[in-house]
Amino acid sequence: MNKELLRVNNLKKYYPIKGGFLGQTINHVKAVDDISFVVYEGETVSLVGESGCGKSTAGRSILRLEEPTAGDVYFDGIDLTTLTKKELRKTRKNMQIIFQDPFASLNPRQTIAQILQEALLIQNVVPREQRKAKALELLETVGLASYQADRYPHQFSGGQRQRVGIARALSLNPKLIICDEAVSALDVSIKAQILNLLKSLQKRFKLTYLFISHDLGVVRHISDRVIVMYLGRIVETADKKTLFENSKHPYTKALLSAIPVPKPGGKKERIVLTGDVPSSIDPPEGCRFHTRCPFAAEKCIKEMPELRPIFGSAPGHMSACHFYEEIFNG
Amino acid sequence: MSDAKSAMPGTNSHDIKGYSTRQMIFKRLKKNKAALIGGYLILFFIIVALIGPFFTVHDPLRVDYSTKLLSPSTTHWLGTDHNGRDIFTRLVHGMSITLYIGFLSVLVGIVIGVPLGISAGYYGKALDSVIMRFIDILLAFPGILLAIALVSVLGGSISNVILAVGIFSVPGFARITRGSTLAVSKLEYIDAVRALGAGDLRIIFLHILPNILSPIIVQATIRIAIAILIASGLSFLGLGAQPPTPEWGAMLSQGRSYMFDHPHVALYPGLAIMTVVLAFNIFGDGLRDALDPKMKA
Repeated sequence: MNKELLRVNNLKKYYPIKGGFLGQTINHVKAVDDISFVVYEGETVSLVGESGCGKSTAGRSILRLEEPTAGDVYFDGIDLTTLTKKELRKTRKNMQIIFQDPFASLNPRQTIAQILQEALLIQNVVPREQRKAKALELLETVGLASYQADRYPHQFSGGQRQRVGIARALSLNPKLIICDEAVSALDVSIKAQILNLLKSLQKRFKLTYLFISHDLGVVRHISDRVIVMYLGRIVETADKKTLFENSKHPYTKALLSAIPVPKPGGKKERIVLTGDVPSSIDPPEGCRFHTRCPFAAEKCIKEMPELRPIFGSAPGHMSACHFYEEIFNG
Repeated sequence: MSDAKSAMPGTNSHDIKGYSTRQMIFKRLKKNKAALIGGYLILFFIIVALIGPFFTVHDPLRVDYSTKLLSPSTTHWLGTDHNGRDIFTRLVHGMSITLYIGFLSVLVGIVIGVPLGISAGYYGKALDSVIMRFIDILLAFPGILLAIALVSVLGGSISNVILAVGIFSVPGFARITRGSTLAVSKLEYIDAVRALGAGDLRIIFLHILPNILSPIIVQATIRIAIAILIASGLSFLGLGAQPPTPEWGAMLSQGRSYMFDHPHVALYPGLAIMTVVLAFNIFGDGLRDALDPKMKA
């Protein structure tokens, strides 16, 4: 096994809800509620789940773009949550993020060259005279031409902008890149191009990806391991093959059954969940999934299931279900 | 922001004509006839203020009772006032005072209001509450009353009028800046530079400020008109420019006594104030439409 690069321990992110006459905090949105996981060097770990399950918040809290409410984030052995603002700014060059919306992630008043040089300037990693050359080199790396460097973001298409976003993330030679729905806003053909670019860059620069996505097709294409989230908590984690072929949580099963089958007349058993996702302001007691789970029992309402290893399955396969043995072994 | 959305996403970059943002704004401004007229008028006023005084034949300050209250003629184009001074000459000399008050008081408003608004919007929380409650207090006074109060305390002079009108425009700038800052600082490119390790000052000056300039510029143009109007009002009330300064509001006030027998004494300063205010207003409106095509409803 490779070296551990990122370790998240009991991460929580609650957003206060202000209200009442004096604007006091009346409740919390529990966007991320006690998640722990490890990412090893060189691998791609996907964080999947439906909208609002807290996967993006988790990514942003790891980078401290949002201050976590509780928990530790160890990056390369350093606890990021205890760093001062100044120390954090220095550490930031090792971890970068690629955003979902290529139209909002580039400053419209800067040229592409300025955007790319800014990173080099902030961290002062490349001497002034070489910055422009380095920016042009980055453009070529992500498949854009250097003559496009002096253009403004509005002169590019969505896919090209996303490439610029990737170039910016690469500019500081980071170890970890968090891809926050990085291909979700792109159309299918561009999506494939960007995914392949990400894959080749990973090989070339020995990158580690934390890939946040709701698109299981994409996740299947790019990941080594998958973490499934539901309502702020991790419900299942496994390597890709195990998860897609032998999942041991009813929520994951339902999620997987929603992937379209690309075969006409292909056999498909769709598990349709009833009801809506409960509010993360006041999540259900016990297992968060019990309100929609077809197998829910008394115990699920009373006791919160912990993530536990699955015997007889691949190492690292864990599920947070009281009854996975009974449900999946008949 | 708005420019990005108005561009054509999805097209091949080779097909896009290389219009810069500035060129696009100028193109849209040129299509708006009223704004264009306003713009040319403002340009004309500035030229008059700068070089006009060198071309007038009469003295704007010299009192000569032998020529008092003359009607418009070829020697005195717009007639003379109760002290026998040529009104046209006084209007030309007063132009620079009017613009000076307008620009400078808005500058005061920007210098105080914009930093307040950015700090409130960017840092939020307690600082936001403190700043915005302070702004609310300023807003609770009717603007002209606040200006009158300030000038009565500080004494009547042009510089005090500038200060008073400047403070009176602080809330407008602070609010508009705070709102825009809130909107821009939620955008992903701000997160992106923060993730690169940029500090607060860098983010504010290089990434937020350039992207909130358009509403501030529009607000400034419209505010100049209001400032000129308020300053004239203060002078009319005897609180601003003191005689014999050829300030338009003061001229209007002096002409009031002769309104029925010699209406030209009050009429022309009044028209001058109206034209300048109108020019800034329509130019400001046009500029707003040009800078943000989405607002044109």
